[in-house]
Amino acid sequence: MNEDTIAAVATALGEGSVAVVRVSGAEAIGKVAPLFKSREDLRDVPTHTVHYGWIRDPATGDVLDEVLVTVMKGPRSFTAEDVVEISTHGGVVAVQSVLELLLRSGIRMAEPGEFTKRAFLNGRIDLAQAEAVIDLIRSKSSKAFQVARKQAEGALSKRLVPLKEQLIELLAHVEVNIDYPEHDVAEVTAGVIRDHCGAVLRQVETLLKTAAEGKILREGIVTAIVGRPNAGKSSLLNALVKENRAIVTDIPGTTRDIVEESVTLSGIPLRLLDTAGIRETEDVVERIGVERSRGALGDADLILLVLSRSDSLHEEERRLLEELKDRPTIVILNKSDLAPRLEEGEVRSRYPAERIVSLSAKEGLGMEDLERAVSKLFMSGGIESGDATYVSNVRHISLLHAAARSLQDAIDGAEQGLPVDLIQIDIAAAWESLGEIVGDTASESLLDQIFSKFCLGK
Amino acid sequence: MGYVAGEYDVIVVGAGHAGVEAALAAARMGCETLLLTINLDMIAFMPCNPSVGGPAKGHVVREIDALGGEMGRNIDKTFIQMRMLNTGKGPAVHALRAQADKFLYQHAMKETIEREEKLTLRQGMAEELIVEDGVCRGVITKTGAEYRSKTVVITTGTYLRGKVIMGELMYESGPNNQQPSVKLSESLRENGLKLVRFKTGTPPRVHKDTIDFSKTEIQPGDDKPNYFSYETEYSERAGEQLPCWLTYTSEETHKIINDNLHRAPMFSGAIEGTGPRYCPSIEDKIVRFADKPKHQIFLEPEGANTKEYYVQGLSTSMPEDVQLQILRSIPGLEQVEMMRTGYAIEYDAVVPTQLWPSLETKVISGLFTAGQINGTSGYEEAAGQGIMAGINAARKAQDKEPVIIDRSQGYIGVMIDDLVTKGTNEPYRLLTSRAEYRLLLRHDNADLRLTPLGKEIGLISDARFALFEEKKQKVEAELARLKEVRIRPDEATQALLASIDSAPLQNTVDGITLLRRPEVTYAHIEHFSPSPVALSEDMKEQVEIQVKYTGYIEKQLAQVEKLAKMEKKRIPDDIDYSAVHGLATEAKQKLHQIRPLNIGQASRISGVTPADLSILLVHLEHYNRVTAARSS
Repeated sequence: MNEDTIAAVATALGEGSVAVVRVSGAEAIGKVAPLFKSREDLRDVPTHTVHYGWIRDPATGDVLDEVLVTVMKGPRSFTAEDVVEISTHGGVVAVQSVLELLLRSGIRMAEPGEFTKRAFLNGRIDLAQAEAVIDLIRSKSSKAFQVARKQAEGALSKRLVPLKEQLIELLAHVEVNIDYPEHDVAEVTAGVIRDHCGAVLRQVETLLKTAAEGKILREGIVTAIVGRPNAGKSSLLNALVKENRAIVTDIPGTTRDIVEESVTLSGIPLRLLDTAGIRETEDVVERIGVERSRGALGDADLILLVLSRSDSLHEEERRLLEELKDRPTIVILNKSDLAPRLEEGEVRSRYPAERIVSLSAKEGLGMEDLERAVSKLFMSGGIESGDATYVSNVRHISLLHAAARSLQDAIDGAEQGLPVDLIQIDIAAAWESLGEIVGDTASESLLDQIFSKFCLGK
Repeated sequence: MGYVAGEYDVIVVGAGHAGVEAALAAARMGCETLLLTINLDMIAFMPCNPSVGGPAKGHVVREIDALGGEMGRNIDKTFIQMRMLNTGKGPAVHALRAQADKFLYQHAMKETIEREEKLTLRQGMAEELIVEDGVCRGVITKTGAEYRSKTVVITTGTYLRGKVIMGELMYESGPNNQQPSVKLSESLRENGLKLVRFKTGTPPRVHKDTIDFSKTEIQPGDDKPNYFSYETEYSERAGEQLPCWLTYTSEETHKIINDNLHRAPMFSGAIEGTGPRYCPSIEDKIVRFADKPKHQIFLEPEGANTKEYYVQGLSTSMPEDVQLQILRSIPGLEQVEMMRTGYAIEYDAVVPTQLWPSLETKVISGLFTAGQINGTSGYEEAAGQGIMAGINAARKAQDKEPVIIDRSQGYIGVMIDDLVTKGTNEPYRLLTSRAEYRLLLRHDNADLRLTPLGKEIGLISDARFALFEEKKQKVEAELARLKEVRIRPDEATQALLASIDSAPLQNTVDGITLLRRPEVTYAHIEHFSPSPVALSEDMKEQVEIQVKYTGYIEKQLAQVEKLAKMEKKRIPDDIDYSAVHGLATEAKQKLHQIRPLNIGQASRISGVTPADLSILLVHLEHYNRVTAARSS
């Protein structure tokens, strides 16, 4: 029962209604209380009561959202620990900023399946369900792992890796000074520490600023629109964003670049990628586009496969239908306003009815059916990583904050003339925080660094 | 030709730095103990550098002493130079290093062993383990003597199938031309232990009278030496310290080595064992760091009554003729006479993940291993394992639970946990960077960390423990007093603060607040407000450190608390990982192989993810509830 206090978003990602952030642990009430502005103090309220108020950042005084807070004291709660649930307005920004504030206040982000795990370990869940709990942890972690791997290849990671390298070089140098005091390796001075940590800190701060401006927040479900040239992909994109962004012509293959656009469909943020037609082609320019499309397809959380109902199925389309069968794919039978020539039976034998939508993108007919299909797929858990991506971004932001704090501590320590082995603790903490985002902090790599960069030994 | 030669509680095979600590600990804990060694003249021999201590290693010596071991006392009796390193850095990394008179060191240790009541010292080569139903019952020597015991500790160092290599020359040998131990290796293997081949090396020794010291820089010891043992108050060695000397390799040295690389066994493929990265040979350094124009060479006396000098920095397995050329290319050594040739040595080691954290082998009950045989390198690392293996072999013989030092208690705990949980693919050396709680594992507080444990085990005398308690109590009292004492911004105070560039006081402050200022030391505080009772230097040091670094210390203590929670969650011995639903295949294999004692240890196994740990916790809870239901 003496576990640390954890938090996570307990509801599915969506806009419109409400979102719930769940906090569990011995300090749940004590940590949330100072952030909750209300007539009541959460520390004094009886268990199983709901309270109206605002979540406010005590550092800036900014109100983040108007909320309802439910207090459930252990053991009569889901986890058998003290639990606080904060119901915020729906949508990404409110819930995300509340979670972020909680993490900044010393609450830890819950691991995948951790609430259920605690419920089980604290005897709230029946023994018979042990296997189900394990399956939940396993499936949630493998999803989280996939997301993490995707992010490790992503833009943020590319910016963090060099920062990590700068820090580990500094650390290795400090360690050599400590463990090999008589070697002819120059001592790391306070000035060197200040300069190195300062340079890294500035870059971390730039990243945080981007996050604050909402660039990271806005990441939605990566959605690829695919189909043969002229099946109507760009028309669909246009219908979705209701403005002409991609060039739409009757010549096959005019969409040569990936066009990105963000839309919100039934409260679900989608990042739409309109991709060039999937088709073998000789045209070099277009081939680049096609290759990119294939790449975009691999990364997509949701795929909209557009077929022209007025043409019969091509070989490539049959292949795509087969390839995408086990992915979160919705098949769109476009041009429903024209005479049908498509072999619909072949599509229906492969896909369930709720994942096939007939519409006319050009005329704007049947778009609400598409909305319903996407939302159904999303709510059933068919679309997975969007949720996790968004949650882990909150985690990223809190880790970047932690790294910035540690770097500032290191700089302050250097200026106060603290011994280098104390400052090292802060540099190492910053390195670990960045490593948690990128996904590796093996301590062996420090030793590798030491022995590959410095000639040591007796 | 076999005969029954004796019966003991504990047998220790090997009398190097691990063996002597193991044997002394077991005997002092009341066990009838036999210490077997191939050669009685090689007890606690230093086959490589004539020094003890340094960062992390010196910490281990203090820990051994805090537990009631011998290494600290022995070096305090026999040093020829004492130096505190890292004094410009924080208190956690201050490290004592001694140059030893290696001959005196051996003699002093032999004397201590011979005087120990329950300890029998015997020359003999153990060749075979007596194992009955998976339990080790003793050993048989080359001469057919059959010694039986409740437990056995093997500390064979580099003797196990040792092979010496110098250039093209290779022969079976232990260190310094001693007889190697060949058959014991087979016996270990036959009993199911997996062995690996490691390599280490030593530089040549030269004659003092042929060194031109005028071309080198002097490296003296400290004027006022510190000691390793908490018991040592004074050593007569303090007045007779000898310096070391520093010189460098030359361009010519590098050329000689490069020209003769084809004769270097490191590169010709003659060496199959894995060598340590942190102790490379000179040929290795020159190849790997080709752009470094010169390398440091320290000339260190091997003793007060010998002309032999150790050439630190020149470990090599080059052919003898090349070694002489290399030596003579170094400033100050142009005319030098080589007394012993440097060499590389290959030996068998036990894969240490086959051990429990008590250092008992998993496959053979009652068999413990310690020191270089477990894949480490260094006298201090060996001694640190030796004392723990000795303690646990004795406790097993006495039907007691093993004693395990955890990572937050000592470098000994860090080292053993690294070895048994992660294993090692090169000879393992302790570094302070291997400790995650470096600030807690200080040189100054080894007694506070471990002496109560030493007392509980039975290795610390009542008299010594009383002194320890007094120190602890006085430090606590002084900390309490400083919290209460008020220092006023009067003229004398402000003047003193100004003299050390410290900002003047605005208000009256307490002693703790003032001592937290980086430029203020305990000596200044004493000036403002002296302690009513006399405090020794190490008590004052303790007060100062505990005040100054409290913020960082508390941060690390909070981390330790988290670790302690995980270490408390024990995993039952009979767990069948293959039957744990949901564990990843890699985790199943690793957990099955290491068999961690608790969730904390499991979390440090590479390849075991947080999700695997969660699943394991759920499984254990399931198991506990089922067990509880059955028993009720």
